[in-house]
Amino acid sequence: MARLKSIEDLKNLRLLLKDETFKEEKERVRVCTGTACMASGAKKVVEDLEKKAEEDGLDVDIVKTGCQGLCQKGPLMKVEPTGYFYQRVRPEDAARIVTNTLEAGYPVRHLLYRDSIMHEPYEMADELPFYKKQYRIALKNNGVVDPNNIEHYIAVGGYSALEKALGSMTPEEILDEVDKANLRGRGGAGFPAGKKWRHTVNSPGDIRLVVANGDEGDPGAFMDRAIMEGDPHSLIEGMLLCARAINAEYGFIYVRHEYPLAVKNLRTAISQAEELGLLGDNILGTDFSFHLDIREGAGAFVCGESTALVASIEGERGFPRPRPPRLSEPGGGLWGYPTNLNNIETYACVPPIIVNGADWFRSIGTENSPGTKVFALTGKVKNTGLVEVPMGTTLREIIFEIGGGIIGDKRFKAVQTGGPSGGCIPERYLDSPVDFDSLRELGSMMGSGGMVVVDEDTCMVDMARYFLSFTQSESCGKCPPCRIGTSQMLDILERIIAGKGADGDIERLEELGRLIQEGSLCGLGQSAPNPVLSTLKYFREEYEEHIYDKYCRAKVCSGLGTYRIEHTECFLCGLCKQACAFGAVRELKDRFFIDQAYCTKCKACYTACPIGAVKIEKVSGAAREERK
Amino acid sequence: MDIESLDVEREIGKVGKIICEHDRKKGLLIPILHRIQEDYGYLPGEALERLAKKLDLPLAEIYSVASFYHQFHFTPRGRKIVRICMGTACHVRGAGKLLEALEKHFNVGVGETTEDLAMTLETVGCVGCCGLAPVATVNDEVVGEIGPKKVGELIEMIEEEEGE
Repeated sequence: MARLKSIEDLKNLRLLLKDETFKEEKERVRVCTGTACMASGAKKVVEDLEKKAEEDGLDVDIVKTGCQGLCQKGPLMKVEPTGYFYQRVRPEDAARIVTNTLEAGYPVRHLLYRDSIMHEPYEMADELPFYKKQYRIALKNNGVVDPNNIEHYIAVGGYSALEKALGSMTPEEILDEVDKANLRGRGGAGFPAGKKWRHTVNSPGDIRLVVANGDEGDPGAFMDRAIMEGDPHSLIEGMLLCARAINAEYGFIYVRHEYPLAVKNLRTAISQAEELGLLGDNILGTDFSFHLDIREGAGAFVCGESTALVASIEGERGFPRPRPPRLSEPGGGLWGYPTNLNNIETYACVPPIIVNGADWFRSIGTENSPGTKVFALTGKVKNTGLVEVPMGTTLREIIFEIGGGIIGDKRFKAVQTGGPSGGCIPERYLDSPVDFDSLRELGSMMGSGGMVVVDEDTCMVDMARYFLSFTQSESCGKCPPCRIGTSQMLDILERIIAGKGADGDIERLEELGRLIQEGSLCGLGQSAPNPVLSTLKYFREEYEEHIYDKYCRAKVCSGLGTYRIEHTECFLCGLCKQACAFGAVRELKDRFFIDQAYCTKCKACYTACPIGAVKIEKVSGAAREERK
Repeated sequence: MDIESLDVEREIGKVGKIICEHDRKKGLLIPILHRIQEDYGYLPGEALERLAKKLDLPLAEIYSVASFYHQFHFTPRGRKIVRICMGTACHVRGAGKLLEALEKHFNVGVGETTEDLAMTLETVGCVGCCGLAPVATVNDEVVGEIGPKKVGELIEMIEEEEGE
């Protein structure tokens, strides 16, 4: 492709591409080829579609898009111009899609989304409850464009923010616009991006750097991956705008090594942008130059922390260091140069702000948290996947309307937001709005946007232990409060789960948690006790049950409770007797019972029973008799 | 990868202009370690020694960096790298049981390789396919929604040798 020499060239190219790509009347299939849909077989679906279309001599555009959001029901596709939305498409469906939908205009009924077998199917994507409530800014091109084709991005209005910024705005005006929009960092802490940029630009020295943090390590979060894989040019454009605003010439995108597809798509995107003259020296014939490079991580969670990330790009061990100097200050950033570091999603929000203005952005979301936020909705909800909603949407709307409620219509227990740094929010706060400040008030945090829903079958103590074991093993080991403190807390939690909890353990956990929060060097340690402290705040009774009653109400922790066979339910299949390795299940003429003297509470009989007649109870049978 | 003919100035790119020679070499260390590992499957001591000479960095410093990151390995690894996702969503949906089943079947622990170098079993923080939990990856392929029934399929897939 020929290099664009001026802003005028880019405008002309867009006009040309608008006519050529995505013609309205053209037959088109947009297939999701994000990591999750690929895992469900999207590649084969695309191949079969192409083959069948060719056999029938049909001229179809097959657009391989990034993540369309509803990952669980993948592979997903949208067929145009009819607009039908198909889910769980198998390669063998390809022929029917071509003949029924593309050639005859009928939907393939069994591929349409239904709430359940009893419900009418939804034909169009926007009719789905999952998509209806969403409002897409950061993900607007995901599922629309082919990430490996820069022409698609330009055709849907991509790089028009750059066009506007270079053509009619001064760097100061770009900065003002972002500042006015009050765009808060999507990486978790919610620090205003405009303020950060201004701080960087006001630092002395001529050289500044722009870095994007794509080290998305929080288990349960994958929104940044979706943007990097599905719409890499949005990120590049956002970084270009930042570089222009703070007068930076070099930039890096730091990506996890665990995201090979993201790395591949970003590399393609960068080389295409360089070819077109949208990256490199004298961009669009102006005096603005920007060079962008990718750096891969190597599997260290702590490298998501800003100072550790910088150390990692420099080729050091990923240790955080004390601040100040902050990254934006001389001596603080990459190789000592003032550096602006933002999250992927934050950069992706910048181009729409420049195009539509700060007032438009402020009209979405809440007063102090404008805009939208992408959440990775996972756990025990019916529809898992990526959702982007305006800030201020309530948890109930996200979980029950978009997510479709709990699997098996079980009882909702809590939602864990913010990954291992966040906390659990119980049922009574379901109606609170989701934004940076209200989540913090509840003792959790926005974090990067992971949202894991748990139901009554999840033990909160076990959940807290899981998160703590994650941060404990990812602690870099530099500062003692985090290194030693987290392993002490983990020891106590493991003791509680094993039924060996002692009086005073809860207080010890609280004390240790407070010390770790106050004494740790970086965000990893400061937030590591949050899952424990927030579950202690809202689910204290579960901890007490584990410690004093030796009972786990979710029946997750083995070694707790008293086991009993309910004779009125038992239909004498004898599976529990076979399962017991200790001979504790005894058989009488007309019933089975558990001999408490031999029972090790291993849960084998409980899992073996097909009808749930083995009960785990708080008090022993003997104690119950006594009470009567 | 040919370590000796590595061109540091070219590899680091334009940003090399603003940093000193030592920083340029250091800045390339992690990308090069990735490439060595891609070639050999692990980081052989001999290759690291050559790299130390090439980049003028103490071997101890290279080892210090490489050993910090979980993804660099110093011992040979299996032909199939099986990673079980231990992310939140996978944990909630039973990744622990899946891991147990594989450990038992192949008789290896986490981070270990079978004696015939057929497979290495690992856990990973999150592969970002939470919608398909529980998830495992076999080399670069993602396998999702591994319920009790699909465990067998997964094991077959691992045992199946390439080229057959």
